[in-house]
Formats: sequence, structure tokens, C-alpha cells
Amino acid sequence: MAGQVATGSRSGLRSALPLLLPAYLWLTVAIFLPLSAMVFFSFMTELPLSGKAWSFTLDNYATFFAQGLYWTLLLASLRLGLEVTLWCVVIGYPAAYVLAKVFRGRSREAIFLLVILPFWSNGLVRIFSWAMVLREGGILDTALNAVLPFKINIDLMYSYPAVIIGLVHSYVPYMVLTCYLTLQAIDDSLIEAGRSLGASRLQMLKRVIIPLSMPGLVAGAALIFVPVVGSFMEPRILGGRTGTFYGTVIEDQFVAVFNWPLGAALSFILLAVVLVILALASPVLKRAA
Amino acid sequence: MAGVQVSNLSRSFGAHKALDDVSIDFADGGFYALLGPSGSGKTTLLRQIAGFDFPDSGRIAIGGESVERVPVEKRRIGMVFQNYALFPNMSVGDNVAFGLSVRGEAKATIANEVQRALDLVQLGKLGGRRPHQLSGGQRQRVALARAIVTKPRVLLLDEPLGALDKALRVDMQIELKRIQREIGITTIFVTHDQEEALTMSDRIGILRDGRLVQEGPPEEIYDRPKSEFAATFLGDANIFRGETTGTGIRLPDGTAIAAGAGAALAAGAKASCAVRPERIRIATDSGTSDPNANMLRGQVSKRIFAGNNSTYFVDRGGQTLKVIVQNTGIERLAEGQKVVLRWSPESTVLIAGS
Ligand SMILES: Nc1ncnc2c1ncn2[C@@H]1O[C@H](COP(=O)(O)OP(=O)(O)OP(=O)(O)O)[C@@H](O)[C@H]1O
Ligand SMILES: [Mg+2]
Repeated sequence: MAGQVATGSRSGLRSALPLLLPAYLWLTVAIFLPLSAMVFFSFMTELPLSGKAWSFTLDNYATFFAQGLYWTLLLASLRLGLEVTLWCVVIGYPAAYVLAKVFRGRSREAIFLLVILPFWSNGLVRIFSWAMVLREGGILDTALNAVLPFKINIDLMYSYPAVIIGLVHSYVPYMVLTCYLTLQAIDDSLIEAGRSLGASRLQMLKRVIIPLSMPGLVAGAALIFVPVVGSFMEPRILGGRTGTFYGTVIEDQFVAVFNWPLGAALSFILLAVVLVILALASPVLKRAA
Repeated sequence: MAGVQVSNLSRSFGAHKALDDVSIDFADGGFYALLGPSGSGKTTLLRQIAGFDFPDSGRIAIGGESVERVPVEKRRIGMVFQNYALFPNMSVGDNVAFGLSVRGEAKATIANEVQRALDLVQLGKLGGRRPHQLSGGQRQRVALARAIVTKPRVLLLDEPLGALDKALRVDMQIELKRIQREIGITTIFVTHDQEEALTMSDRIGILRDGRLVQEGPPEEIYDRPKSEFAATFLGDANIFRGETTGTGIRLPDGTAIAAGAGAALAAGAKASCAVRPERIRIATDSGTSDPNANMLRGQVSKRIFAGNNSTYFVDRGGQTLKVIVQNTGIERLAEGQKVVLRWSPESTVLIAGS
């Protein structure tokens, strides 16, 4: 539809303008304005709203480079993003494959609903449910001890694995959805053709199916990696003391310390790092796709 | 290379019998066309032979070896799909090389064989292109090259030319036939197009509702159809229905039609006669020429001019007959003209009534 509008003549563009206008207006108001305000803040000594005197400075950015802690936290967050993304691939891709290529008709719809179910529940509710499952004497602990003959202590709460579990659960539907879309677009006759040529299922996966679903994997990875690197809710609630990451520090600047200029500067450094990573990764991924 | 024997093959989807007790012997090196209306089970039969789907009962043998339970990747067949099914993420050369490289052949061997296969389909210079940079006919050639490069025992084609326009289709028919002869591979070809089946194959099988209605060489099926369905599905035929007299039929109005071929039937049974439109001669006079010829009178109701021939529709006692006449001169019969139709008993096939 958009293609048809775009390929039209200039009168086509003019008639498309009223259709595009609301979207661009909304984007300007909702993203561009607050973001530019944040850029502005990040170069200030004080928040102008507080009534104190303020001036322009680069100190907020300098703080990041002066203290090794921020670097360490940024690296920890990047590692968290990478790990969560990998787990989402490992769990989400096979699920998407089964959904797209094994199930047919009604059963597919039912499973599909189950996959997107996490989207329907509130994020906080989701995280606190995990807290109940993971803590000592919680659901997982009780259930395992009811089944196993020996006594074990499962207390995953306030640990790195708990943060991973919570984040993977929140973000895996993105991977399932993006991979599902590219997988179901692969014609079944391609798979049949490959098998008739003697390829095993594994060979088909490696040489045809994964390369053809690369766009979905890349889109899913980007959708997951970026917010996970900046995440703070899951690390804080499920990670406890171990859950200090770059995202939680930024959150602290805004809600606890009220150092908005530093929070804004840290955010933009994160944004820059993420953009650089995506830019470096894109040619590699493009070649693979 | 090997022949394929299919015996008593049945396959149902729920209550629907997609294949019902089908037995066919596909000769080694032969070109066999499977013909039938939509939903008659052609694709289903091909998929059983390929190994994409398994029969409920019956046997399939390739080169004498029983394969009913062998999965497709172990059957050593080559398959060409209607939508080409080329891997869009690979170049033409890599597509053709795929079957060899998954078998772990040496790089040099692969390169050689791929070039040979591409030369065979006359695409020797296009190995570096991507499938989306090719025309429909070229894609189909790549699909063919990819299917034969692994030297399969059987080549299976499911309406491979269905997506091509008429002119390209005829080119590809000739090309496909040439390649098939050159490598002498047993070929099973599914088609909707009866002309394609007649010109390309050395045997034809007609399917209807999952059953094999008739099979044999093209001439035999065309000249000696065993059912009204076969007579009207492959080519066109005029059908007369009546009672047998032993050597022909008697129409309800008493007219006798002599048949020189077909089923041997007891006198008095219900039966039909089939005559091909091009076997009937049309004339304005009733001058006697051959006393043995079948003869009917009628009136031209319509004429369709098609360049080298004309089709006349002749009304006769509530039935409309079709007559095709080669336009060897410029004389034409006008619509409304009273005419006499004659044809020889040898061109008339007696068919048991249904
Ligand atoms: N997987 C399936 N599940 C259920 N029914 C099927 C399946 N495959 C085929 N059928 C049915 O079996 C019958 C034969 O189908 P088939 O595809 O073999 O027909 P065909 O002769 O190839 O027709 P066409 O000329 O339209 O391709 C059809 O009635 C079809 O609906
Ligand atoms: Mg079919």
C-alpha cells in the first residue's frame, strides 16, 4: 500500500500527504521534542527547573570517562544484552520454526496466542510473578522438592540468572514474532526441493532456512538488544544487589539522585555505543543474510 | 537410471480417496505423462513416488528396489516444481551445485558437473546470477539443471511449464524432450495440457478421482479411448449414445452407427460411440461415395474460423456435433446450410455404456 502511494506521480504524493501528516506530527511531538530537551539537559550544570543558576558544560560526559565504574557497568549491560539476545534466539527461533512450519490451521492460531500472551500482561506483574517463582520457598523450589527424592535449595532470586530469566521471558516474543514472519514466508516447496536433492534436515536448516530467515533474526536481535542494554526494571526487582547495571544507574540519576543532566549524558553515551555496535554489525549481518 | 513400478497404491486424506488402487509401470528411460482434471490425484501420485508423502497401502519400486518407506532424501530422485523452488539466497551456480555439495563431493568435481548441467540447459554463462535476475523460462531451466545434476534415477515434474506463456512453453517442451533423450532418464511428467501430453510423452496415464482411467501410448489413447471420459478429456470427441448391435450402436431414433474398433459388447446393452471431430467429412450433397461409411444429416448452426481450420457445429436431432475441416480452399459452408456428415467405421470407437 505504501509502495503504491510512493510510486505514484507527484499528485500521488500530494494526496498521500494528509495520510502521512498525523504520523510525522506525532513523531515530532512524542520523540523529537523530549529527545532534544534531553540533549540540551545533558550539557547543563543544573536542571533549569530547579531555579538554581546553570551554565553549559561538558562535565557530565567527562564524568563517564573519569570513573571506571560507568565503563564497567556499561560492559556488564552490553554483556547482559548479548546473553539475553542469545537466549532469545535459542528459545525463540525453534519456537517460531515449529509455529511456522509444523503447526497448521487452528492449532497454529492457539499456540500463536500463547506466544504473544506476555504482551498482554503488565510488565511489573510479569516480573513479580517471576519473583514468586524463583525465591527460596517459592513455586519452583516447592515444586522441585515435591518431585525430587532429595532436598535441594533453589534460590535464584536476587541473582544474575534471575535477571536473565526475567528479561528473556519479557523479550522472547519479539524474536518469535520476527522469525515467524520470515519463516512462514519461506515456501514449503523450497524445503521439499532441498530434501529431494538429498539434503538432511540439518543441512537444509544451515544452508537455506537460517540464511533466508536472517532478516527476522536480525530484526528480533535489534528489538531485544537495544532495550535490554538499557533495562532497569528487571535487574532491580529480580537482581537485587547483583542487579546494578548501566540502566539502573541512569534510572537512579532521574528518580533518586535527581541529577538529570548526568542521567541524560549517560543515556546518550549508551545510545551512541548501541548505534556504533549496530552499525558495525550490519555489514556482517547483511553478508550473512 | 531405473524404471518405476507402482502397484495398488492408495492414499486417503480423511474420508477422501486421493489415490485409489493405482498401478502403473513406468518404463526405464521412458517419458510418461500423467493427465487428469484438477483434484484427480496427479500431484498426490507424484509425491508418493518422490517420497514427500507415504501411501496407506500399495507398493512403489524404483529400479526394482522397494521404497515405500524410504524418505525422499534417500530415494535419489530429481524433482522440478511448478514454481521452480530455486533457493533465492544462492546464485544459479550454487543452486545447481546444492545437491552435489550436500553429498560432500569434491569442489573440482562439483564445478565440472555444474558447468556441464548448465551447458546442457544452455545457461552456461549465467552461473553467477541470482534466481530473481532470470526470466521464467531461464528459472525453469535452472530448476531442471539442479534436478538432473545429481544423476537421479527418476525425474519427476509437476506441471513444470504451467507458469510459462504459450510460446515459451512450446520452446521448453522441445528443450525438455531433447534433454530427456540426451540423458535417457525415466521421466514422469504431470500436466493439465493434453496437447503437451500428446506431443511429449511416449505413454500417457489418465487419472480421474484418484483412479487410473486408462493408460497407453498417445496414439492408442487418442484412437481407442475406453471410456467417454477418456474420449472427451483427451482431445475432443462426438459421443453418440444408444444400444449395441454388436458391431456398432443403434441411436434412439433408429439410425445405425457402425464402429470398427473398441469393446466387444453383447447386443442390446447400453453403449456409446466416439468420433473425433476431424475424422468427419462434411458435404452439401448426398452423393454416394462409400456405402459402408456412417452417414447423418444435419444443419450447420455455427462456424468458427481458426485460420488453418474451421470448426462447424452441426445440429442433428437434438444433438450438436462438432466437425473440424482443414481450410484447404476458400469455399466455406454458411450457417443454416443443410449438410451430410460421413465418417468411416474405423474412426468410430465403441465404448461400454456407463
Ligand atoms: N495434504 C492434503 N490434505 C488433504 N487433502 C489433500 C491433501 N493433498 C491433496 N488432497 C486432496 O486430494 C485430491 C487430489 O489432490 P492432488 O493435489 O493430487 O490433485 P491434482 O490432480 O494434482 O490437481 P491439480 O491439477 O489441481 O494440481 C484433492 O481432492 C485434494 O483436495
Ligand atoms: Mg497438482
